[in-house]
Amino acid sequence: MLKIENLHVEIDGREVLKGIDLEINEGETFILFGPNGSGKTSLLMTLMGFSGYEVTKGSIFFNGKDITHAPTYERARLGIGMSFQRPPTIHGLRTRHLVQMCAREREVDVDEMARKVNFDHFLERDINAGFSGGEIKRSELLQLMAQNPRLVLFDEPESGVDLENMQLVGKVARSILDGDVQPRADLSMKEQKAQKRRTSGLIITHTGYILDYVNADRGQVLYNGHLCCEARPRDILEHIQEYGYQECVKCLN
Amino acid sequence: MHDVDLKQFKFQGQEHEAIPGLTALEKADQEQLLMAGVVSDETNRSASYLQMDHSAVHCRSHNEDVEIMDIKDALKKYDGLKDYFWTLVDKDKDDYTRSAAENLHGGYFIRVKAGAKVEQPIQSCLMLKAEQVGQNVHNIVIIEEGAEAHVITGCSVAHGTNAGAHLGISEFFVEKNASLTFTMVHNWGDHVAVRPRSAGIVKEGGKFLSNYVLLKPVQDLQMYPSIRMVGEDSVARFNSVIVAPEGSYLDMGNRVTMEAPNTRCEIIARTISTGGTIINRGHIGGHAMPAKGHLECQGLILGNGRIHAIPELDGSLEGVELSHEASVGKIAQEEIEYLMARGLDEDEATSTIVRGFLNTDIMGLPEVLTRAIDKQIEELQASGAM
Ligand SMILES: Nc1ncnc2c1ncn2[C@@H]1O[C@H](COP(=O)(O)OP(=O)(O)OP(=O)(O)O)[C@@H](O)[C@H]1O
Ligand SMILES: [Mg+2]
Repeated sequence: MLKIENLHVEIDGREVLKGIDLEINEGETFILFGPNGSGKTSLLMTLMGFSGYEVTKGSIFFNGKDITHAPTYERARLGIGMSFQRPPTIHGLRTRHLVQMCAREREVDVDEMARKVNFDHFLERDINAGFSGGEIKRSELLQLMAQNPRLVLFDEPESGVDLENMQLVGKVARSILDGDVQPRADLSMKEQKAQKRRTSGLIITHTGYILDYVNADRGQVLYNGHLCCEARPRDILEHIQEYGYQECVKCLN
Repeated sequence: MHDVDLKQFKFQGQEHEAIPGLTALEKADQEQLLMAGVVSDETNRSASYLQMDHSAVHCRSHNEDVEIMDIKDALKKYDGLKDYFWTLVDKDKDDYTRSAAENLHGGYFIRVKAGAKVEQPIQSCLMLKAEQVGQNVHNIVIIEEGAEAHVITGCSVAHGTNAGAHLGISEFFVEKNASLTFTMVHNWGDHVAVRPRSAGIVKEGGKFLSNYVLLKPVQDLQMYPSIRMVGEDSVARFNSVIVAPEGSYLDMGNRVTMEAPNTRCEIIARTISTGGTIINRGHIGGHAMPAKGHLECQGLILGNGRIHAIPELDGSLEGVELSHEASVGKIAQEEIEYLMARGLDEDEATSTIVRGFLNTDIMGLPEVLTRAIDKQIEELQASGAM
């Protein structure tokens, strides 16, 4: 599904990703750990194709297609969806309208989806205008639900979210990854199961709370622009909790 | 400031016969009025007034609490309107005020009776029909104690009219605990010069909400309505949405002075230049306390053009709180990329953001007017201007 080869990325002439190799298979959820400033967010931004993240070497493939230099909207249309940590406010653009646009030609029931993330009361508000941390998360999830991506990039799903909302965010993230966001009335249960395709995920976490909700298969640590220490996400988390990121230094050398 | 050479325009002899109703106008002219927010089917309006060139050709009220007439008739009926006429605007301010004082063609007199809550908007239209006509009007709006009304003024050229000059004096009186929403939509042409000279006064507990929309070209427009909030607990709010294509020169803004305690005001102007010049002024004075004022001048330059924002705050005693936010720039890359990450291409993202920027929801306009505004924005976008 996603294949990254020897990816080098610079921001303002400073290298922040220094040769990343990573493969995420269809339906697989990959967890990314790493200390502050190690380049995690930069990796997601690069995958999405944002300006300012200059790929100086290496390639990104999505479903076999080289998207290293594809424009952002093309990546989105191919099926990459991202949840933003600090999305911009857009004056006069109602949340409802944006969610509708996320779905493009597909028919979606915006109200029904909004209810799932407890966001139906926000649909008439301008997108991100004065949204709290937890509200941003729910709004981002709602947009992802409408987008129905094949690969979800999720930057710190637990940041700024209280315990109650964490449950909601976790469950919805799970259902997006499991591919059962949009039950279709015109299909029987059996057909739906057959049609169901799991979505892949690349999730950044510091706390690991999200692991209580999603089925995470693999994980790695990003340290100073390098990926290392591949293991089961739970094991990585325990290890970091006990020893910090010190061990990664050893592992890299 | 640009001067308009009034000698170029015909200030004499452009009279028209009265018409029984707005539906008597040519279809194309009705369409022009609609773009300025004036509907020819008067059933959803409390009252209607139409000034065409030098004549008030139609005037009718459908609500006994709304008095509407040609200003000339009002001057006769009310003995020169001594407490109102030329009390807020200085007759000798400039050539334009003098022109209107010396050779009055008409204008609306609107009086909403004390305590009346008028639900349907009152509409008026000031139209330039003849080519190269010069129009002098003087409008008076009085919202008596405790009354509420929405006045929509559409200023428009007739279909096919290119050039003209509109000089308009307006004086607004919002009495104690009264509320006036005043919406003005301009639909001029690219050879029209416009010089409104407006002033208003808001008394105790009064509310003055002003909306201004300009999405069509105009050669040269200069206006700076000035509102004095003289009564305690009064509120004033100004919202403008303005687009200046190439060839438009706009020098505009609002001036509000808070002269009584517990007053609040807000001025928000959103301007886009796609090649024209916009001087976007704003002045809030705080001369009593407590008083709270906020001024916002947001400008986007799309392609070429010039936007000169001049926000001014003048507080003259402790306890006033004034703030402003001004920006002149382009659409934030971050916003474009956010939408692109949702699958919108760059053009779709840009036009979505521009539409949001020009959003008029906050104005609380009737649906037909919102639709007319949407249509104009669509046309602008389809033309590739933004
Ligand atoms: N727009 C930018 N301009 C300049 N430097 C940047 C920019 N974005 C990121 N960086 C730098 O790149 C490095 C990696 O940042 P990044 O945000 O990717 O880290 P992160 O791993 O997501 O950290 P955190 O855990 O704190 O979110 C940091 O040194 C950061 O300061
Ligand atoms: Mg980060």
